[in-house]
Amino acid sequence: MEHTYNYFYVLTAVAVMAIVTYIPRMLPLTFMRRKIQNRFIRSFLYYVPYAVLAAMTLPGILYSTANVVSAITGMAAAIFLAYKKKGLLIVALGAVFVVFVTEQLWAYVPMPL
Amino acid sequence: MSADIKSAYLRGLQNGIPICLGYLSVSFTFGMMCTENDLPFWIAVLISMTNLTSAGQFAGTALIINGGSLFEIGLTTFVINIRYLLMSLSLSQRIDPALSIPKRLVMSFGVTDEIFGVSMQAKGQISAAYFIGLMTAPFWGWALGTLIGATAVSLLPDMVRSALGIAIYGMFLAVIIPPAREEHALAWVIVLAALISCVFYYAPVLNQLSSGWVIIICAVLASSFAAVKWPVGDEEEGEA
Repeated sequence: MEHTYNYFYVLTAVAVMAIVTYIPRMLPLTFMRRKIQNRFIRSFLYYVPYAVLAAMTLPGILYSTANVVSAITGMAAAIFLAYKKKGLLIVALGAVFVVFVTEQLWAYVPMPL
Repeated sequence: MSADIKSAYLRGLQNGIPICLGYLSVSFTFGMMCTENDLPFWIAVLISMTNLTSAGQFAGTALIINGGSLFEIGLTTFVINIRYLLMSLSLSQRIDPALSIPKRLVMSFGVTDEIFGVSMQAKGQISAAYFIGLMTAPFWGWALGTLIGATAVSLLPDMVRSALGIAIYGMFLAVIIPPAREEHALAWVIVLAALISCVFYYAPVLNQLSSGWVIIICAVLASSFAAVKWPVGDEEEGEA
């Protein structure tokens, strides 16, 4: 799929991302001296990154390749490698490799999905 | 520059090299992902140099690719990066209270999971020179890895490029699964958030909502549930 972008939109979005990434890093370090005491807020903030990444992964991963079958095999490979505590690049490229192999093999399966 | 400041900076620089190597490979994948979606390489590098974060910039970039609204992009990125409030807060307890505002502003830019983690292992007070030294190699590693990844991918044949679409999701799984092995609360957060996300994707009416909002709803529901059921103690907080 060929994408074309409106660069004003893209650059504005990048600026927005940079600002909202910097603000939470900057505010406490620059201005605050005390610790958050509220245990709920501390716990909530601890879980947030995991929830966000999980929600982004599913079901998006299923539609990230040429077909759902190759996506499922790629996802299985990624889960296996991640479970084995392999590094980010190994997991990502392992999934890519399995998707690639599946798609090549899929071309020889006579039944359409 | 006094000898003390110089030696602290150099010590930081040295401690940052392993982080830099890790960043090279992650940002390489990010660069590939951008090019795979037809973003020019200089935008990929610009994103890495101005954001210097993993999950937040991956999510924001994914939304840019899908043409999300600026509000969605800002809110999603902010929600993901809200954890830096905790790290920045912990760090604020370990620096010289008399440290100037400009130095604090520079240090703030380098608050990433890894740089924060390594800096907190240092004994006693964390000096600005040490922390800024520590930021240096990872910052350039992040930018350089992005550039290499973004330019290398265009040399690849189409068959390979089409398989690269899954790379970013593989990376997400590599971030969330290893810690979930150790901590069952994290595993539940992941399963719950993924489940809610699927409901919003497949259920009629609910699937009208755009992806940025779905992520925020998933994050708030799953994290609140876990925060009530498995509140974290003091010892876990630096790891978020």
